[in-house]
Amino acid sequence: MESIISVSHLSKTYAGGFQALKAVDLDIEKGEIFALLGPNGAGKTTLIGIICGILNPSEGSVHVGGHDIIEDFIKTRSMIGLVPQELTTDTFETVWTTVNFSRGLFGKKADPKHIEDLLRKLSLWEKKDSRIMALSGGMKRRVMIAKALSHEPKVLFLDEPTAGVDVELRKDMWEVVKVLRESGVTIILTTHYIEEAEEMADRIGVINNGEIVLVDTKTELMRKLGTKQLTVELHQALDSIPAALAAHDLELAADGTQLVYTYDTQAERTGITSLLNELNQAGIKFRDLSTSQSSLEDIFVNLVKRPS
Amino acid sequence: MNLRAVRAIYLFEMNRTWRTIAQSIVAPVVSTVLYFVVFGGAIGSRITEVDGVSYGTFIVPGLIMLSVLTQSVANASFGIYIPRFTGTIYEVLSAPITFFEIVLGYVGAAATKSIILGLIILGTASLIVPLHVAHPFWMMLFLVLTAVTFSLLGFIIGIWADSFEKLQVVPLLVITPLAFLGGSFYSINMLPPFWQTVTLFNPMVYLISGFRWSFYEIADVSLEVSLGMVTLFLVVCLLMIRWIFKTGYRLKD
Ligand SMILES: Nc1ncnc2c1ncn2[C@@H]1O[C@H](COP(=O)(O)OP(=O)(O)OP(=O)(O)O)[C@@H](O)[C@H]1O
Ligand SMILES: [Mg+2]
Repeated sequence: MESIISVSHLSKTYAGGFQALKAVDLDIEKGEIFALLGPNGAGKTTLIGIICGILNPSEGSVHVGGHDIIEDFIKTRSMIGLVPQELTTDTFETVWTTVNFSRGLFGKKADPKHIEDLLRKLSLWEKKDSRIMALSGGMKRRVMIAKALSHEPKVLFLDEPTAGVDVELRKDMWEVVKVLRESGVTIILTTHYIEEAEEMADRIGVINNGEIVLVDTKTELMRKLGTKQLTVELHQALDSIPAALAAHDLELAADGTQLVYTYDTQAERTGITSLLNELNQAGIKFRDLSTSQSSLEDIFVNLVKRPS
Repeated sequence: MNLRAVRAIYLFEMNRTWRTIAQSIVAPVVSTVLYFVVFGGAIGSRITEVDGVSYGTFIVPGLIMLSVLTQSVANASFGIYIPRFTGTIYEVLSAPITFFEIVLGYVGAAATKSIILGLIILGTASLIVPLHVAHPFWMMLFLVLTAVTFSLLGFIIGIWADSFEKLQVVPLLVITPLAFLGGSFYSINMLPPFWQTVTLFNPMVYLISGFRWSFYEIADVSLEVSLGMVTLFLVVCLLMIRWIFKTGYRLKD
């Protein structure tokens, strides 16, 4: 795949001396939806800020569409639309003026038709003459998306686009993002909602403490890191896990009527056969078996918690 | 050159003016009229003439300069400080525009406002005292140069300031006193020799003197020196702003 953004050895040390990014390498492929996951303070916003030209990098380089973001910033920035994390809008302006302002700022010829389509798609058309201060938080968020899309970017950054947005609207936004992708726009989003990454992303990158811990396709990631859980429904409740079974990673659930075995799907042996054998030998009877796969959320929590 | 971006910023800023027309234009005009009443009326009845011009007439260029200077600084510093404060600056920083275009938009709008203001004050003054502009071209040149230069200075202050207090402090403690002491209301020949020398270190003297010359052909320092000083100041401000955008000082760190 052709990469549209290529970050290499990017570091950022803030004026106070805090290092928010540590030699980050990352490639974003053209046309994909890339989700950047990470806990608070991981460096997501910092990374986006540098790529978009809002922050100076301390070391390393970034190329967008093959152009250096410092030397060729006119070219790179023309390609990028940004929806920042914070809701920052000109409260006294109307929706219509502020969105048209963005288009002008990016040097694009005025195109009222395009802006109208955009506002309609984002259900903002009725509000076009309202001052921004008279809008709700979710509407403001949509205005910011409209601003970022006003100049028809090839790459769209969404820094927590659905924070503080209700479920309905979130689904709408996912729709908008999917339509954008179909039109060839590359989308990079950060989110705390794992389900969002799970729902939308083609690839997922996990960042923690200023380091990219992992990048993979969503499916591969879920397969590779996924643990599965085998739930054994018992005939008779147990008070504790019998000593004979101590070698396995077992937990009691549902007042002792369930035995939950967590295993790694990637391991050479899952240990299921020997567990079932040992259950037999110990004379523990069971009625039913079921397996479940851990969600991306579990994977994520595991990854970030793991001491580096 | 991204002229559309310059235009977008310029119109955005001018819109802000129309929205706040009272603060932007009316308030300075009212305070100028008050100056006239106090200085022209009260003091003018004692000092009848300066360099062969009646006192009320004499102070008009100084008064215009005083307003243009302070308003240029105020307009431009607010214009850039507000987006920094609210965070909307992100959009300008992420847009495909050069530092020069950003400055052209913001400073152009701030300077336009204070030029309009200067002309309004001139009009107001002409209703109160007899006025005559000997060199309209030079008058406009000085007006524009001053408005642009001090808008640049205001822009720098707006980027340097990290609180509203700091935003106020420079205009209040530096610009206004220097303008007052720079001969807005008197000819520096009226001062004792020692203070005349001290005054020559005040850059405002050159502006006010040159501007007044374009009205009445009376000046404290020569026209060339006045023009040279304004230009020098303008270049210094531009270099500082270029440095700010090169390093990202207070904007990108
Ligand atoms: N202007 C700044 N000066 C100093 N440190 C900063 C600054 N901005 C961010 N940081 C620090 O850099 C680190 C990374 O911040 P960043 O905003 O990139 O995190 P994030 O991953 O976006 O977090 P969140 O999920 O909370 O938005 C944090 O520890 C933060 O405190
Ligand atoms: Mg963030």
